[in-house]
Amino acid sequence: MSRSTPLREVHESLGATLTDFAGWQMPLRYGSESAEHNAVRTAAGLFDLSHMGEIHVTGPQAGEALDFALVGHLSVLEPGRARYTMIVTEDGGVLDDLIVYRLRPEEFMVVANASNYARVAEELAERAQPYDARVEDRSDSYALIAVQGPNSTDILGKLTDADLVGLKYYAGLPGEVAGFEVMIARTGYTGEDGFELFVRPEDAVPLWNALSEAGAELGLRPCGLSARDTLRLEAGMPLYGNELTADTTPFDAGLGRVVKFDKPGDFVGRAALSGRTAPGRRLVGLVARGRRVPRHGYPVTCEGEVVGEVTSGAPSQTLGKPIAMAYVAADALEKGGLAVDIRGSHEPVDVVDLPFYRRSK
Amino acid sequence: MSSIPDELSYTKEHEWVAGLDDGLTVTVGVTAYAAEQLGDVVFVQVPEVGTNVEAGDAVGEVESTKSVSDIYAPVGGEIVETNPAVVDDPSLVNSDPYGDGWLFRVRLEGEPEDLLSAAEYTTLTSGES
Repeated sequence: MSRSTPLREVHESLGATLTDFAGWQMPLRYGSESAEHNAVRTAAGLFDLSHMGEIHVTGPQAGEALDFALVGHLSVLEPGRARYTMIVTEDGGVLDDLIVYRLRPEEFMVVANASNYARVAEELAERAQPYDARVEDRSDSYALIAVQGPNSTDILGKLTDADLVGLKYYAGLPGEVAGFEVMIARTGYTGEDGFELFVRPEDAVPLWNALSEAGAELGLRPCGLSARDTLRLEAGMPLYGNELTADTTPFDAGLGRVVKFDKPGDFVGRAALSGRTAPGRRLVGLVARGRRVPRHGYPVTCEGEVVGEVTSGAPSQTLGKPIAMAYVAADALEKGGLAVDIRGSHEPVDVVDLPFYRRSK
Repeated sequence: MSSIPDELSYTKEHEWVAGLDDGLTVTVGVTAYAAEQLGDVVFVQVPEVGTNVEAGDAVGEVESTKSVSDIYAPVGGEIVETNPAVVDDPSLVNSDPYGDGWLFRVRLEGEPEDLLSAAEYTTLTSGES
């Protein structure tokens, strides 16, 4: 039996196609997913992300506990700021990618993916045991609504006195939006400027409605998971289960910068990761020359030999061509002449630098 | 509820067949229900004119943002025409699935089998959604 967010009835009344995602009934799209994608690139989109997990870590040693439990250096994070980081196994395999907010000097909020947060909460609790810190899964205490796109500051600005202009990327502050208490974070997963609003579940519907109304004249559109996936793919952002799994390390995914070897003390995965900083395969961007789409799980080939695998692929609205991310053996990348085996026919692709799309500031 | 015109025949693979009355050449496309399930169609591959097909053969592909599906020949015969407009602009499958979004025409050989009436197809799709 899959779970529903507090906004399910709103989605249904908007005519959304719902889909099961990580055990949740989530909107896949409301109408045309291309129109939703383009709205976020050119105006703004409204997303229900209430399936994400929120885990609070509190106490005098909360920062030290996270330094040990995660690959990042969280104890030096300023209150009000956020970091993208990861939790890995003792072997260095990625358990999840996370955003950690320091809400107060002794309180952090770890935001984890829907499919992983129960496991992440368990791991954090175990790893924090030697420290004076408490770990609490508070996912049921939050709904999460995102406003993403170039018009998002104007839309949110109509509903709050909070200093949105002063709020930096990867920062968060408590505030009131449309009269509701929220944590306003300048974060996102679309490659655009935008905000994520952590709100009490009972306030989710009126907050959504207030945002819809405020955004109506600024091109705001409700957006489903389909648009979210193509937006993050164009922005070169990894998705857990695709680019990141327990069989990949942060270095495999080209995200080795999140591993802070120079922080003091040991951390889970340190020994394993220090020997795996130069993997034999790389996560790369592929652009198809034809119109058929390389998709998750398709083999990447070079002179007929399999040299890698597609992790995510979709038609790109912004580029007008199919794009994909794939793990490819380093020696094959040097050789060139790659193709993707699309249901039996080898379609040529070009390797490009990630991201595929970068917004102009 | 997506439209299911009475005058057409249907397949379990969510295709429609028009023009069975004259028994010579039929037109084939995907249903509005299928188009809605697929989402925005971005690529259509149709069979080559002159190909001989049997009912049930995979003869092409419809690709959307999230998925790719085979197109099956709903009847046996020879492919006599394909729709260049839908190859150029695959979104016609979404905007006009029973009209400008048609895919190909088949010159019938033998009697079509296992096709569904509009009523039967309505029952099939209401059970799925």
